[in-house]
Amino acid sequence: MAAGSTSQFFNTYMRKLLFLPRQGATYAAQVDHLHYFVLLTTLAVAAALTVTGLAFFVRYKQRVPGKRGTRAGQGLLLEVLFIGTPLSFFLLWLGMGIDVYLHIVSPPADAMQVYVTAKQWMWKFDYPDGPVAQGVLHVPVGRPVKLLMTSRDVIHSFYVPAFRAKRDVLPGRYTEYWFQATAPGHYDIFCAEYCGAGHSYMRGQVIALPPAQFHAWYAAHSRGRTAQDDANDPAVGNSLVAQGERVAANQGCLKCHSVDGSAHIGPTWLGLFGRREVMTDGTALIADAPYLTESMMAPAARIVRGYQPVMPSFQGRLAAPEVAALLEYIKSLHDLPLQVHPPEGPTYEPR
Amino acid sequence: MNPASLAPEHPPSAPARAPSYLTAETGPKSWLFTHDHKRIALLYLGTVSFTLILGGVFALLLRLELLTPENTIMQAQTYDRLFTLHGVTMVWLFMIPSIPTVFGNFLLPLMLGAHDVALPRLNLLSWYVFVVGIAVTLIGMIAGGTDTGWTFYTPYSTTSPHEVIPVLAGVFIIGFSTIMTGVNFIVTIHTVRAQGLHWMRLPLFVWGIYGVSIIQILATPVLGITLALVCLESFLGTGIFDPLKGGDPVLFQHLFWFYSHPAVYIMVLPGMGVVSEVLPALCRRPPFNYKAIVYSTFGIAFVGFLAWGHHMFVAGQSTAANVMFGVATMGVAIFTAIKIFNWVGNMYQGQVVFNAVTAYALGFIFLMIFGGLTGVALGTVGLDAHWHDTYFVVAHFHFIMAGPTLLAFLAALHFWFPKMFGKTFSARWSLIGAATTFFGFFATFTPQFLLGNMGMPRRSYAYLPRFQWLHVASTMGASILAAGLLITLFTLIHALFFGERAPENPWDATGYEWACASPPPPHNFEVTPVITRGPYEWPVIPEEARRAT
Repeated sequence: MAAGSTSQFFNTYMRKLLFLPRQGATYAAQVDHLHYFVLLTTLAVAAALTVTGLAFFVRYKQRVPGKRGTRAGQGLLLEVLFIGTPLSFFLLWLGMGIDVYLHIVSPPADAMQVYVTAKQWMWKFDYPDGPVAQGVLHVPVGRPVKLLMTSRDVIHSFYVPAFRAKRDVLPGRYTEYWFQATAPGHYDIFCAEYCGAGHSYMRGQVIALPPAQFHAWYAAHSRGRTAQDDANDPAVGNSLVAQGERVAANQGCLKCHSVDGSAHIGPTWLGLFGRREVMTDGTALIADAPYLTESMMAPAARIVRGYQPVMPSFQGRLAAPEVAALLEYIKSLHDLPLQVHPPEGPTYEPR
Repeated sequence: MNPASLAPEHPPSAPARAPSYLTAETGPKSWLFTHDHKRIALLYLGTVSFTLILGGVFALLLRLELLTPENTIMQAQTYDRLFTLHGVTMVWLFMIPSIPTVFGNFLLPLMLGAHDVALPRLNLLSWYVFVVGIAVTLIGMIAGGTDTGWTFYTPYSTTSPHEVIPVLAGVFIIGFSTIMTGVNFIVTIHTVRAQGLHWMRLPLFVWGIYGVSIIQILATPVLGITLALVCLESFLGTGIFDPLKGGDPVLFQHLFWFYSHPAVYIMVLPGMGVVSEVLPALCRRPPFNYKAIVYSTFGIAFVGFLAWGHHMFVAGQSTAANVMFGVATMGVAIFTAIKIFNWVGNMYQGQVVFNAVTAYALGFIFLMIFGGLTGVALGTVGLDAHWHDTYFVVAHFHFIMAGPTLLAFLAALHFWFPKMFGKTFSARWSLIGAATTFFGFFATFTPQFLLGNMGMPRRSYAYLPRFQWLHVASTMGASILAAGLLITLFTLIHALFFGERAPENPWDATGYEWACASPPPPHNFEVTPVITRGPYEWPVIPEEARRAT
């Protein structure tokens, strides 16, 4: 008991000293313990070398100008020691590191699966026969979760600092990532592989819930919402605006276009329909349905001055009814008052 | 006196001194069409000083933007272009060419007792190719708005909305310049050594240049091929890296790092050569173990080719490959460790002279210790899963690659300044410059290790508010670093114009390059020298004088 609380104290103390976030996954403590060991041994070696160097410097500093040193050292035994000592440390660290790594990359057989799709610049989470979520991954505490990840465009990297692991997300291939959340809470997801202008905003959250709460959430959201669902939903009904809002969220439009007038990577949608816009080549036009449609299908054709041609084409990705719904949604954003959303993002601080 | 013996001091017949290489000819033509390795070295010195300042300005703009979590002075796209500019400029336009082209060119013939490099015309051509490459790279990047980062990862680089091909072409051209210089140096070391200069009498700096030239000619073609493939992909849609067409984006990373990991040693091996060379001179004793330094240079040059996969531990690489690359990483680290032990041992029972050069050399060793050990920690695979692509990696590679290369470049510039220009710089101001530069560097990158621990991904324009104070600390460090470099720049420029005439061998060094006048005459040696001793042997004069009589 006493030993346990001592190691607990040591763990917490070292973690805070090193600015590491809390240990959100089961293997995070294992990674941290290796980190402490490598750091302490490293610091000991580095300090010993630095002190030896400084001692030599002070002891052998030239005091009589012109005097020369003597020739010493050169021992073969010494060189063997110079090789053997660090090499045995390096291999010890590597052995321990590989052990931790094998744990990180070996998901338990009973893990719950979630499919992850990354694209510029959003995360999408699909539960088999269950909910589809944007940016927020709900998981139960105490159960292993395995992510099967792929990218729709360029390379991304799924990274949760609190879990101490990341894995690249590649187009045309599936990579795996697994974790088991240790405590309920919110954990930041970052994209760790540079993927363009919105890279640093490609954030998300893992929300770990107690099992009962997770099941309640799952049940409430277990219908993947499709256009058909929307049509059947009295709250949405045949409203093209509501469908457009859903399409905008699903396709990641809102990662670059704000709907409240605030500046972002692309022009805001608030008041966009019918607005007079000046293009990069100096010509002006009214942002009408043909222009907005062109901007979805061939975004680089005409760019509003002050913006970069970074938008991907949605040709083939949006069906005609979806384009219509989006246009209706953009039209509806004409006279909305400025809305201030609370900032999305991390809510925890390292304790 | 035997005219063929190698005298460490210039004969006292000073009035009969031949004009130095600086004054022998005048006018722009005499510089632009020169075949003199020393003048070509100065052309390179001017060029890489310009690119260093340029890369530094880009870095300062990045650090200013990162003062606040959101927009400070620029938009995300501008930021992405700037970190690409900073990386490309520092890697290909400064660090890779810096020490070999300036000091390799200047010193190799002097240290080999030769009149010039083996292929002087190729030497001049490589400078022109380099300048054309710089122009294409910079103009291409600024006009095209390249925003891929210096690593050009596919498929982002092949689908990026901005121009990538001009930059790739520029780097491709610079690669040819690198290969020409590497070939030239290898031929020079093999063919124009003075009589009596057998392999185990080569100065350690020459060994460093020899090792780096081998890497340059073996690795750079792979970079050329890779960049050409990306160009084809962008132009013709060949699909080699495109999964939709049966290609593989990770293949690009293998090819790129097969060059770019050895390229790390292209950047640090010459710096290691500089430190191995200046320490014996400033510690007033021979190297701790000459052969250990030589063999470890070759260990790095060859094992360095096997460790590239540690850049891809989390890229979807197989576990077996990760283990193999982890072992190779530890293998290459051991050679750096050998060098570090021997450098520290070089002070043992010496008479260490403290000046700016010593400060730079000791700073170099210090950064190598911490950069190297954090590298080994990253190589343990398990820890890399947390640190990969975070600021920890940024801090690590600045500690192991950027800082040491910069400090070694400055150490070399100060140590051989009297040799190159025959002028003395202010001992006090050069030391202030060295100390400020080192402290600024340390203050810039130490907070970034902690940012990485906290989990801040690199190449991020915006970040969470909790990361801010460490970014502010890092930016403050960067301003100190900039101040240190400015002090150094002004100290050296002042010395160039107003410095006192330097003695022939101000450091009382034993290296062969001090046997000719400072600055040397156009053809270096009045009589072709015969080498009768090792480069670090002392005392020289009495023995050789005895032998001569």
